[in-house]
Amino acid sequence: MYVEMKGINKNFGSYEAAKDISFRVDQGHLAALLGPSGSGKTTILRMIAGLEQQDSGDVIVDGNVVNHIPAKERGIGFVFQNYALFRHMTVFENIAFGLRVQKKGKKEIRDRVMELVELVGLEGMHKRYPHQLSGGQRQRVAFARALAPKPQLLLLDEPFAAIDAKVRKELRVWLKEMIAQVGITSLFVTHDQEEAVAVADEIMIINEGRLEQMGKPVEIYKKPKTSFVAQFIGTSAVLDDFDGFKGFEEVPKGRKAIVRPEFVEAFKNDNEKVRSLIPAAEKGVITDISFRGSTLELTLEVNGISLTTNRSLERRHVEIGEEMCVLIYRAYILEEDDTTVYKNQMLKGVDVEAL
Amino acid sequence: MREEMRDRGRQDGLSPKQGEGGGEMAFGNGDGQKSGQKGIVPILLIAVGVLFFLVMLVLPLVEVIYRSLKDGLESYMNAVTAENTIAALKVTLIAAVIALAVNTFFGLCASWLLTKFEFPGKHVLSVLIDIPFSISPVIAGLAYIMTFGRMGWATPIVEQINEWLGTDISLVFSIPGVVLATIFVTFPFVSRELIPVMQAQGSKEEEAAVMLGARGLTIFRKVTFPHIKWALLYGIILCAARAFGEFGAVYAVSKARGKTFTLPLEIDALYMAGSADSITQAFAVSSLLVALAIIILILKQIVEYCGKDNR
Repeated sequence: MYVEMKGINKNFGSYEAAKDISFRVDQGHLAALLGPSGSGKTTILRMIAGLEQQDSGDVIVDGNVVNHIPAKERGIGFVFQNYALFRHMTVFENIAFGLRVQKKGKKEIRDRVMELVELVGLEGMHKRYPHQLSGGQRQRVAFARALAPKPQLLLLDEPFAAIDAKVRKELRVWLKEMIAQVGITSLFVTHDQEEAVAVADEIMIINEGRLEQMGKPVEIYKKPKTSFVAQFIGTSAVLDDFDGFKGFEEVPKGRKAIVRPEFVEAFKNDNEKVRSLIPAAEKGVITDISFRGSTLELTLEVNGISLTTNRSLERRHVEIGEEMCVLIYRAYILEEDDTTVYKNQMLKGVDVEAL
Repeated sequence: MREEMRDRGRQDGLSPKQGEGGGEMAFGNGDGQKSGQKGIVPILLIAVGVLFFLVMLVLPLVEVIYRSLKDGLESYMNAVTAENTIAALKVTLIAAVIALAVNTFFGLCASWLLTKFEFPGKHVLSVLIDIPFSISPVIAGLAYIMTFGRMGWATPIVEQINEWLGTDISLVFSIPGVVLATIFVTFPFVSRELIPVMQAQGSKEEEAAVMLGARGLTIFRKVTFPHIKWALLYGIILCAARAFGEFGAVYAVSKARGKTFTLPLEIDALYMAGSADSITQAFAVSSLLVALAIIILILKQIVEYCGKDNR
């Protein structure tokens, strides 16, 4: 089953929650709607579910326009933020709810519920109430409850937001495996890019109600289409005036740019291995060094602009105030509504990957 | 500081042993120190509270019971079983039961509407529901007379309906009028109890139920109701208490003793008659209302206790 949105618009008063949104998530895919809070991503999810009605455009599930089908008849599984478990019901009754509504037989309900309890790893806990469970366990119940009526499409709203950081990573892996195992088309909302990259096959970046870019995580990272995406994905600071750098003479003057830490390499002036690259490098002075757990983060001042780069702990010792050679491989130059990747022209023909 | 406390301890009549021998130790423990430091304020507050409670509530109620039994059990029974009293009790119960049923239903609808839906004019409606709280009941009763009385603009409509149905229902100076007035004054109780509970609960669980394919009524029965049942019952109890005791609104639309009088009106009539006998009777009938009130109070406590675990 696939899900598609075509030209969806939605306003809440003067607030535009969705502007001409169109996308398609294929059968069996796990996609993420990623964006800052208030970007309208949850509204998109709710429109697919039928909990919210779009002003214009079509929601298509498996080739059928479902605009006028009420939420309860769409047969879509939904995992709510904070899970919205039925507090006065046991785990068993929570999972059984959707089956009881369908007036399934007693034995059938029991079998299906116990199957799901086992699937999500909550054996022996089916008699507990939600308040007797941990955050992670609640999420599992919410997941099992949504899956019980065997929906063809699963929507998850910030599925990890209510869980502490430690368990979150574990649950991400679990959820990804679980969805792969069930083979259900899924769409989840998150504001955490790390989470989106770790879990999703495809990411849709939403900003101010607009779909900025859709694609595989690596594609989005490598080729950000808009300045928003370039800034939102990865660690990046915007440089106001990217000008006068060696190898970037083609860049129009006065443009804003993003230079990610991984686009920058710093080495000592006496580094023999890279002598051939020295003409392509700028001089920079280290202004700050901070330890980032597995690497050092260096901040260097080059041509009056601050650049950051990561440095392996295995390399030679560096100090604040030390002059280094700074090589910039690449930069995203931001235009009005577009981003262009410029490569260092002086590195043409040099095998950068081998460094 | 410590010396001072010890002195106060003595004044307050603590045992000498604690005051002298215990010294540092006796007042050194946490609890002793706490109550020692704050000692005077809670005691004062408790004293004021108890005094107020005694003078304003307990003594008058005891007085009612005492006065009602002053002339012996026989005259008490006579007063309670008098024709007018029985009639008044009947009217009171009829009005209360109908008001409860109507207000429970509309209270549920109103709170459901106000907490689970967004629509223009929501705040206005929310304020309108509270009108009976802020308007004097007498005015409510008079408003009914203005509307449905002999000169009222709605009277021709009521007469027309009566003609069609072949009935002879009058909305003022009659039992339906008493019922209407009671409904009016007790209208906000149920919804005011429910709205905060339903608001706190939000509509996430209902949405979850919708996504699982449940219909409106199923959602109400299985998801919403279990959360609000104690608040609802509490609202109903408050509503009942008010319905039994209502005087002003009913007074305006009820003028026939023995026919449309409720218990409070009957008590007033007996008392106003002024003879020693009738005053005793007034107290005897009052004791009925006191009994009802006590029953309601006990129910209220039970519901509050049960509700705590389930909310």
